[in-house]
Formats: sequence, C-alpha cells, structure tokens
Amino acid sequence: MKNRLLWPLIALVALLLLNLVVTPSFFSLRIQDGHLYGGLVDVLKNGAPTLLIALGMTLVIATRGIDLSVGAVAAIAGAVTCVHIGTSGDARTAFAGMAIALVLCALLGLWNGFLVAGLGIQPIIATLVLMTAGRGIAMLVTEGQIITVNNDAFRQVGAGFVGLPISILISLAVLGLVALTTRKTALGMLIEAVGVNPEASRLAGVRSRTIIWTVYVFAAVCAGIAGLMIASNVNAADANNAGLWIEMDAILAVVIGGTSLAGGRYSLTGTLLGALIIQTLTTTVYTIGVAPEITLVFKAVVVIAVCLVQAPKARAMLSFRKVAVS
Amino acid sequence: MTALTERIPARFLPVLATVVLFVLTFGAGSASYEGFASGQVIANLFIDNAFLIVLAAGMTFVILSGGIDLSVGSVVALSTMVTAAGLKAGWPVPLVVVAVLVIGSTLGLLMGLVIHKFDIQPFIVTLAGMFLARGLCFLISVESVSIKDSTFRAVATAVIELPGGVTITYNVVIALLVVLAALYVLHRTRFGRSVYAVGGNEQSALLMGLKTARTKVGVYVISGFCSALAGLLFSLYMLSGYGLHAVGMELDAIAAVVIGGTLLAGGVGYVLGSLAGVLVLGTIQTLISFQGTLSSWWTKIVIGALLLVFIAVQRGMARGPRRRAILAS
Repeated sequence: MKNRLLWPLIALVALLLLNLVVTPSFFSLRIQDGHLYGGLVDVLKNGAPTLLIALGMTLVIATRGIDLSVGAVAAIAGAVTCVHIGTSGDARTAFAGMAIALVLCALLGLWNGFLVAGLGIQPIIATLVLMTAGRGIAMLVTEGQIITVNNDAFRQVGAGFVGLPISILISLAVLGLVALTTRKTALGMLIEAVGVNPEASRLAGVRSRTIIWTVYVFAAVCAGIAGLMIASNVNAADANNAGLWIEMDAILAVVIGGTSLAGGRYSLTGTLLGALIIQTLTTTVYTIGVAPEITLVFKAVVVIAVCLVQAPKARAMLSFRKVAVS
Repeated sequence: MTALTERIPARFLPVLATVVLFVLTFGAGSASYEGFASGQVIANLFIDNAFLIVLAAGMTFVILSGGIDLSVGSVVALSTMVTAAGLKAGWPVPLVVVAVLVIGSTLGLLMGLVIHKFDIQPFIVTLAGMFLARGLCFLISVESVSIKDSTFRAVATAVIELPGGVTITYNVVIALLVVLAALYVLHRTRFGRSVYAVGGNEQSALLMGLKTARTKVGVYVISGFCSALAGLLFSLYMLSGYGLHAVGMELDAIAAVVIGGTLLAGGVGYVLGSLAGVLVLGTIQTLISFQGTLSSWWTKIVIGALLLVFIAVQRGMARGPRRRAILAS
C-alpha cells in the first residue's frame, strides 16, 4: 500500500516545492483574529468540497461503481437551501434549509442506488440520468435565477472559522469518520468484496445490494454537504455553475490516489492526497500567473502521468527496460 | 412465433422504438402548435443539430466497441478555436480544414493508444483528453474569436433550396454524408464487423483472430475525426471560436446514442438509431421553444427522463433469456 501512495506523494511534494520557489511565503502561516491564514490553509479550504465529494466517490468506486451525478446533487443542495432561507437571517431557518437539502440529497442517493442495485443498470449510465436531469431540477428550484442569501449561520459552513476554516474541519471529520467506520470494522472489507465480485459476495452472505445502496446514499450526502459549502462560500446558489465538473475532479482525485476504477480496493489516504494534488495544482497555476483556464492542460498532464505510472502495463514495461539495461 | 421472426424485430426493436418516439413527439408538436409540422421545422431540426449528428455517429463507434469518449465536446471547442485562430492568421480555408481534422484525429489516436497500450480505462483517458483539449483552447485565446473570412462566411450562409421552398445548409449535407459513411463502414467493412465483435466480447474477438488492437484504437481515431468535423460544422454554425463552446456536448452525444438504442456495454446498436436519438433531442428542444412558457431547463429534465426510460427498457430486454445468454458469454 505504501508503494502505491509513493507517486502521488512525490507529485504533491513537487507541486508544493514549486510553489515555495515561486512564492517563498507560501508555507508561512499567520494567526489573525484567532484565525489561521496562509497558503496551505487556502489549499485545504478550497479543496474541502472536492475532498468531501471524493470521499463519497472513493467508496462508490470501491464497489466498482461511479457516481457522475454528484455535481448536480451539490447544485440541488445549494439551491434548495438558498431558496428555503430566502431573505431570512435566522439561524434556525438556515439549519432547517440545510437539513431539508441533505435529506433530499439522501433521497437522490437512494434513487441512484435503486437504479444501480435495484435495476442492475451500469452505474455510469444510471448516474448520468441524474447528472443530466439534476441541473435541470436545480434550475427548477431556483427558477433559473441565482439566489443570493444573507444569513450568518449559513455563511459559517463555507466561510466560517473555528481556528481553522469550518469547511476544512467538516471534510476532515468526514474523512476520520469514514476511516473509522470502514477500516476499524469489517465494512471496508465488505465494500471491497462487493467491488471484486458482487455475486460471489452475495453468495458468501454479504448484503451486496444494501452496501451498494449505502455507498450511493453516502456519496450523495457528501455531495450535498459540499454543495452547501460552495453555496455558503459565495452566499448564493447558482444552479448552472455550482459544482460544475466537480465530479470529474473528484474522480480524478480518487484515481490519482491509487483507487482502481475496476473496484475491489480503495485508499482513503490516497484520495486525500489526490484531492490535495488537484487543489494544489489549481492554486499553483494561479500563483505562477498563468491564465486560470489553462489549469486544465496541467490537470490533463498530471492525470495521464499519474495513471501511466500506476498502470500495471506501464510498470511492467519500465521494469523490463530496467532489467534490460542492467 | 418461430425463432427467426422473433430475432429480426428484437434486433431492431430499440431503434424502432426511438423512431416511434420521434414520430410521437413530433406528432404531439404538430397537433398542438400551428406551423410545427412544416418542412422547414424538420429541416431546421437537421440544421441546428448537424454537428450533434456527426458527433453521435463517431460516438456510436466508440460505444459499440465497449468504450466511451468524454473528450468530444472539448475537441469540438478546440476545433472552433483552431478554425477561428487559423483564419484570423490568414491561413487559406483548405489548410484550416485539414489542420483541424488532423488535430482531432491525432488526439483520438493518442487517446486510443494510451487506452490500448497501457490498459487504462477509456473513461479516465478521455477525461484527461477532455481537460487537455479545453485547456489548449484557452492556450490559443481566452477570449472568443469571431470568424470574418469571406469564403468561410459564404459557405456558412449558403443555402440549398429543396422542393417545397424548404432550405437547408451545407452542414446538413455533410452530416448526412457522415451518417452514410458510418453505415457503410460499420456494416460493409471488416473494420465495422470487428467493432461489433470487440464490443460483444473482446476476448472472443481476439481468439477469433480479429485485429482487436487496431479496432480499439481505430474507434477513437474515428471519434476524434468526427469531433473535429463536428467542430468545423459548429464553427460554420456559430461563426466564432471559443473555449467555452460545446460545454457538456459529450453528454448530449452519449444521450443521443443511448436513446438511439445502443447498449453501453457495447456490441449492440446502429448509427441510424443515434441519428433518430439526435432528432428526438432536437424535437424536444423545438417543442419547448414552441411552447414558449416552459423554461429551457425542462429540456434537461426531459432528456434525463428519456434516458431513464430507454435504459430501463434496455435493461428489461437484457434480462430476457436470449440477451442473458449473449451477455453471459
């Protein structure tokens, strides 16, 4: 396992060093008004939604599935909450709105789970349905408008501080929770078993379907929380652009972290590294002063490089060459 | 019912269902709105979706082979950008066309090679291709570049008059030629049969002595070429190049192919189905614009619902005894 995380770790360190060279103050942290600020905190804060979604995605991918609908679900969560809050500044309205949004997200996750586990549809297609329709639904909720809110309680989720930005704390808490529940119990092994062979696991007494339903619900709830963070950070719900392409980033984070799309094994640490790599990459491009749109080129290069390095076939070729040289 | 009479309709059933759906949606439009059932509305359906028809034709090859190509929308954007930038720099039109087609095909070739040589999932490789192509657009220019070349504009605005006063653009002719070419390649060439075979079962295809490597890489080259060509058509349609053109168009193309009855598992499907799929999507859009009060986001919801229905129906058919035998192989 260590070996598999080596390359992502090297990539992350290289990116961070590059930042240090370009902006020497990158690693400096300062405390202002009891809040921690600095380049690294920024990376973590901006990467929090991606990390959260990637965590849900990791478990889905471990069962040999994929969830394309998370971006749309995030948009729906933001839209529902902001519409519920409206002009209210009341904390209770904000919490009620968020609760409604998350319950709705869980239902959307149930729907994905039903299509995949209940009807046996290929996950990529089953979730494509919600990916396409989801943004339409979010637009329907906001009636095509960008809904702006002004609510202190809601603002805390994405922009608040308790020493560290709250969004970081939420993401790390979910990471810890997932690590505990899947790695300290048999749940993680069962998820991997379903990923290796759902039918064999079912025959061996694993409740494959229940596990598949669970991971899709979990992924949707993670997406919902991420959607709340995104909306809260800008105090607005933008049905069109909130969480756009975040599913791709999340999948990339998972794959860079060494979790195979073929299912059967996963690495939460890898996902954390992957999400950090993606966010650091974005930040790096900003700091070295290239047009932010060009981030995509670097992203493509990193993805291909990391995937090639991890691909068994490429490794075999490399090691063959090493042998030949020696 | 004998096995023979049962088999023939079963193969074409999904395509027939799509055609019926097209007729039904179009009929519903004609019944509700005056002027809907005119020849020009049908012609506009083709004019407005010519690029999508070309994309869907390319995507059909990839999906039939059991793969997927997420990069097509970005390659369309890149093609519009290269076209606009090339023309702005004073390149002759033929050179621009060749350059765009070569770039698209090369990108497809590279993705196909990575997918095949290193055994990485098509989803991830073409996702990287999607990022790369979009990034390259912005590398050329972050702003939208308009096309002012007179030859190009002349082609874009030229219309062909059909009997009955209906006019179409050259885009439509090109799109239909692509569909015909795709039909020929898929059903009348060795390569086409190999695409079906590889999609049905790659291992069996390999054991049968088919050139699976060439087929697997080839479908991505075809898809890349089609995306580039669709990009040219899109530049003719929009008369500008922009890195944010065709965002999410890969989903439209995949949706059209799926609604057209092609199985995402590969091996089953027809180009004509994809054409019908594009027409269904186009009709829904036309219906919603005719209706006037329904907002555009209903298009997305309806497409999602249609996808669902078609997938569920496919799933139901796949659970039938014969399909199970094929799938189990």
